[in-house]
Amino acid sequence: MKNEQFNNRDVSNEYFMVDIQDYPTEPWDKFKRTLKRTFRIELFVGLWVVMREMIRFDIHTVSYPEEKMPIGPRYRAVHEMKRLWESDAERCIGCGLCEKICISNCIRMETKVDENSRKEVSEYTINLGRCIFCGYCAEVCPELAITHGGEYENASEQREHFVDYAAMLTPLDKMKAGAQQEFEGFGAITPHEDESVKKTPLSY
Amino acid sequence: MEVAYLIETVIKIVVVLLVFSMLAGIGTYFERKILAFMQRRLGPMNVGPYGLLQFGADAIKLFTKEDIIPSNVVAPIFKIAPVITAATAFLAAAAIPFLPSFTIFGYEVHPIIADINIGILYILGMMGVGLYGPLLGGMASANKFALLSAARGAAVFISYEVVTGLSILAPIMMVGSLSLIDFNEYQSGGFTDWIVWSQPVAFILFWIAAFAETGRTPFHLIANDHEIVDGFGTEYSGMRWGLFFIGEYANMFFISFVIPLLFLGGYGDGSFLGALGLLGKMAFFFFFFLWTRAAWPDVRPDQLMWLCWKVLMPIAVLNILITAIVLM
Repeated sequence: MKNEQFNNRDVSNEYFMVDIQDYPTEPWDKFKRTLKRTFRIELFVGLWVVMREMIRFDIHTVSYPEEKMPIGPRYRAVHEMKRLWESDAERCIGCGLCEKICISNCIRMETKVDENSRKEVSEYTINLGRCIFCGYCAEVCPELAITHGGEYENASEQREHFVDYAAMLTPLDKMKAGAQQEFEGFGAITPHEDESVKKTPLSY
Repeated sequence: MEVAYLIETVIKIVVVLLVFSMLAGIGTYFERKILAFMQRRLGPMNVGPYGLLQFGADAIKLFTKEDIIPSNVVAPIFKIAPVITAATAFLAAAAIPFLPSFTIFGYEVHPIIADINIGILYILGMMGVGLYGPLLGGMASANKFALLSAARGAAVFISYEVVTGLSILAPIMMVGSLSLIDFNEYQSGGFTDWIVWSQPVAFILFWIAAFAETGRTPFHLIANDHEIVDGFGTEYSGMRWGLFFIGEYANMFFISFVIPLLFLGGYGDGSFLGALGLLGKMAFFFFFFLWTRAAWPDVRPDQLMWLCWKVLMPIAVLNILITAIVLM
């Protein structure tokens, strides 16, 4: 595909006025319009279109529980807490920026100084009933500790099942297996996205 | 002989009732599947293989749902209205020959419950009475959408019933009988004997009126979902609503039998092939009901009345006049 059609933004010679005729007022003109509409057999065009789609059988349904659409890395689902690759320790340094920036005030954290005189998170909760999944907490985090995961199947008996710090934290065995999914960064595109993008509207 | 006739009739009634109640259920499955395919969807897939048992699940749901009678409705009328729709739909089936007569265990069976001499008049009358279901149900519902639907039903009914009656008059004049058996015998000579060749206008008119009669999509304005919720069915729940549904689908099947019997040769000479032909034609007309639902928009009530009174009725009257002159 060449770039010329995108660079040429001058559409003045492509716009045209649609020829809309006045509504007929005379009975004879009305009768002629009725005849024209009746015998233009547009109804059968509609019938043919749906029949063609039925014969072509190009079904676009995703039968959801069995197959799932790939989800973009930018998707903002329930939060995850990441660990350091080197030491398997928690990345969170307890700076409290996420708590400050949270516009729905749903993050609460308590910190203390541990025996190594490092700051340590003692309590960390996210009230998912209030969270609007704006992504500010993940954006502001200086350590890439809190990120959004891709888990959107959140059915549970209680909301509290998702706000537990231990539940958000990458499990140790997953960490040992080196399977922690790193956040690809803001602006990351969905895999194979360029295959599904056809044409920008500018070229129409 | 008298006892045998009685037993035969009772058996036929039970068979027709069971088969068409069942078909009405399966009809909903076909409708959902075909609409889905035409809109590039899959339709019901999860209950049974390819969703085949979906209508069973629907039936269980309808039967076990609570039957709610709202507090402001006229309860006796509200309760009886769905029964009218379903009962008249099945009553109309009494004069329809579903298959040619066949011999079983040396006993000749006529697959028509009563070959009365006013056949088609009786069928149209019964289907006309079926309108009392939506009308009474809508007026008794104490719901403005239901009331609107009842008013529309009455207005539309007068319009299309005129077209139905007048369009069918010309073929009746040719055949000289109202019985569907006589219609069939008139056309039993084969493909070229079909009434549709001599009465194409009446065929088209009757087909259009059949859409209004069954309330299918181009004229689906009695229960037009996007305008008046579910119309007369708004306040109904459970099996009472299900009876409306069964009545509507049974009506679709019966009218799909009547159109080929009247115009397209019916079951022909009565052979096995002819019987298959009738079922095939019925299937096509039923399919066409679903096909139009996927393709065509709905018309407004005033457009339907305009169409019936100002276009179809004059054409029907002209058709009768020309037929009469030719027959003379």
